[in-house]
Amino acid sequence: MNILEIKNLTTELSGDRGIVKAVDNVSLTLKKGEILGLVGESGCGKSMTSMSIMQLLPERQSKISGEIIFDGNNLLDLSKKQMNEIRGNKIAMIFQDVMTSLNPLMTIGRQIMEPMMVHKGMSKAEARTEAIRLLDAVGIPMPEKRVDEYPNSLSGGMRQRVMIAIAISCKPKILIADEPTTALDVTIQAQILELMKKIREENETSIIMISHDLGVISEMCDRAAIMYCGNIVEEGTIDQIFENPVHPYTKGLLKSIPSLDKQVDELYSIPGVVPNLYNLPVGCKFADRCPEACEECSKGRPARFEVEPGHYVSCRGGIVNG
Amino acid sequence: MDKTPIITLKDVKVHFPQSQGFKKKFLRAVDGVSFSIYQGETVGLVGESGCGKSTLGKAIVGLLKPTAGQIFYHDNDITKLKKDDFVKYRKNVQMIFQDPAASLNPRLKVSQIVMESLLKNVDMSKQEKKELVKKMIKTVGLSDDAPDKYPHEFSGGQQQRVGIARSLVLNPEFIVCDEAVSALDVSVQAQILNLLLQLKKDYNLTYLFISHNLSVVKHMCDRIVVMYLGKIVEIGSRDQVFENPLHPYTKALLSAIPVAGKKERENRIVLTGDLPSPTDVIEGCAFHNRCYECCEECNVKCPELREVEPGHFVSCIK
Repeated sequence: MNILEIKNLTTELSGDRGIVKAVDNVSLTLKKGEILGLVGESGCGKSMTSMSIMQLLPERQSKISGEIIFDGNNLLDLSKKQMNEIRGNKIAMIFQDVMTSLNPLMTIGRQIMEPMMVHKGMSKAEARTEAIRLLDAVGIPMPEKRVDEYPNSLSGGMRQRVMIAIAISCKPKILIADEPTTALDVTIQAQILELMKKIREENETSIIMISHDLGVISEMCDRAAIMYCGNIVEEGTIDQIFENPVHPYTKGLLKSIPSLDKQVDELYSIPGVVPNLYNLPVGCKFADRCPEACEECSKGRPARFEVEPGHYVSCRGGIVNG
Repeated sequence: MDKTPIITLKDVKVHFPQSQGFKKKFLRAVDGVSFSIYQGETVGLVGESGCGKSTLGKAIVGLLKPTAGQIFYHDNDITKLKKDDFVKYRKNVQMIFQDPAASLNPRLKVSQIVMESLLKNVDMSKQEKKELVKKMIKTVGLSDDAPDKYPHEFSGGQQQRVGIARSLVLNPEFIVCDEAVSALDVSVQAQILNLLLQLKKDYNLTYLFISHNLSVVKHMCDRIVVMYLGKIVEIGSRDQVFENPLHPYTKALLSAIPVAGKKERENRIVLTGDLPSPTDVIEGCAFHNRCYECCEECNVKCPELREVEPGHFVSCIK
């Protein structure tokens, strides 16, 4: 069952030098209890996609079109008030930078209590008990004591746990995790990833996991979508993406990670740089850097097609090669 | 590889005083570290944040003064150098910083940034310096119009290239790369790693490569030093550390790396708890509260580094 359906989502942002399409015609579905990975390099629009779903972009500078269907409603048609009821309640977000996304002037207890008091109408005492239970659930030792502490007295891993506690406080149906472990060390990262898997199992929460770390994605997710310059270039199950990547960009990304198993003298690196979003090529956005590009590629945007059941690619080469 | 050490650390300690009320505490960022870096090799320094790897890097370059211990460059103790000699030392030892955007002066053009280190104590005419700067900017793979641009006009990868050009311009012998690629995307990271390896060959460099990313370290380094809470827990060649890790922390660290294309590893070791605060005085082994192989003796006895096989040292009583 699809819990979230994104159809032709386009997010335009106005900058100093005109309008950029940060998200360009993105369609995605998220099933109940599924972990979907959104992968790509910085600037490819993965965070913008999540911000568009949550409608956290400044209204004056952004224009979102398309459909985001959740619970039978298009989120983009909802009023501010209706959206406020969903945000943090049914769809919650874990932000990337734990150092800056917690309020330094509020105790962590109050920050966890806030959404429950707003959305669930809990009393202060109830919310506090629940906050302590949540802190315990996310693995913070001595929750009764920690609940009254300020974020500065916690380590990075613990702050990320607090962020997760805030996000799951209202038992959301969808959790959007924007680079939840990027700022953390590997051993702490392993703990946080375990915790997120546990949350999924206990509450059947669907998770959108945004990351640039292909290792994290391959271990955590059921399906993944690779983004490049605002487009989804490839989408499929983890096995499809990692065993049988079709898009040249996906292949390039996978080849450019240093491997623990093999030793190579020189790493593969994708030639060229990401094109400027203000000045995009007419054809395929990856054509200039693509080792498999042909003349046709620079003429028009590639269509999306299904390589095998559930495995989609937007590349002209795929059509030519079968 | 010839075995002349460039840098030798002897029981280096860097402590930062921290006052809490009337009690004076010390943050033991680096607490008794000894090892050598030999000519032409790349030594990887790995560990989690707060384990003291950057502090150690800064101490080697001379940006921090060690509280105790000695750092030898060839045969001279750099902690005892006079000012003039120290300036000479700094020419030979450079550093590439973690955050490319923050480590470049936003008000200077790229050519000025690279030129800055040439301004003092270099015997060259103005014209020669200019030529050298130009050449360096080209060597690191930046375009011809790059010298007249400001750092903000570049992407993260290009900014890091500027940082590399700045560190190379004095023709150093030894470079400390402090998380030089951590802020970059994988495809850009690959470009910078390739550049660093190429430069190492061309300029005969020796690197101390500080990183928390073990797959990058494995790709780059000949020898690996694993730190935990200011102390070395394991030293060995790349193969020794990766194929046969001995310290429980190294094992956990290696098993915690998510690998692309591999489903769940079977026997992943997930450590419990966080790093203890470096201001606390820990009795016994620093790792004992998170260690899954810990025994009672570990709580009391502080393990020393011991050689298990040639070149492979571990500090664990087991």
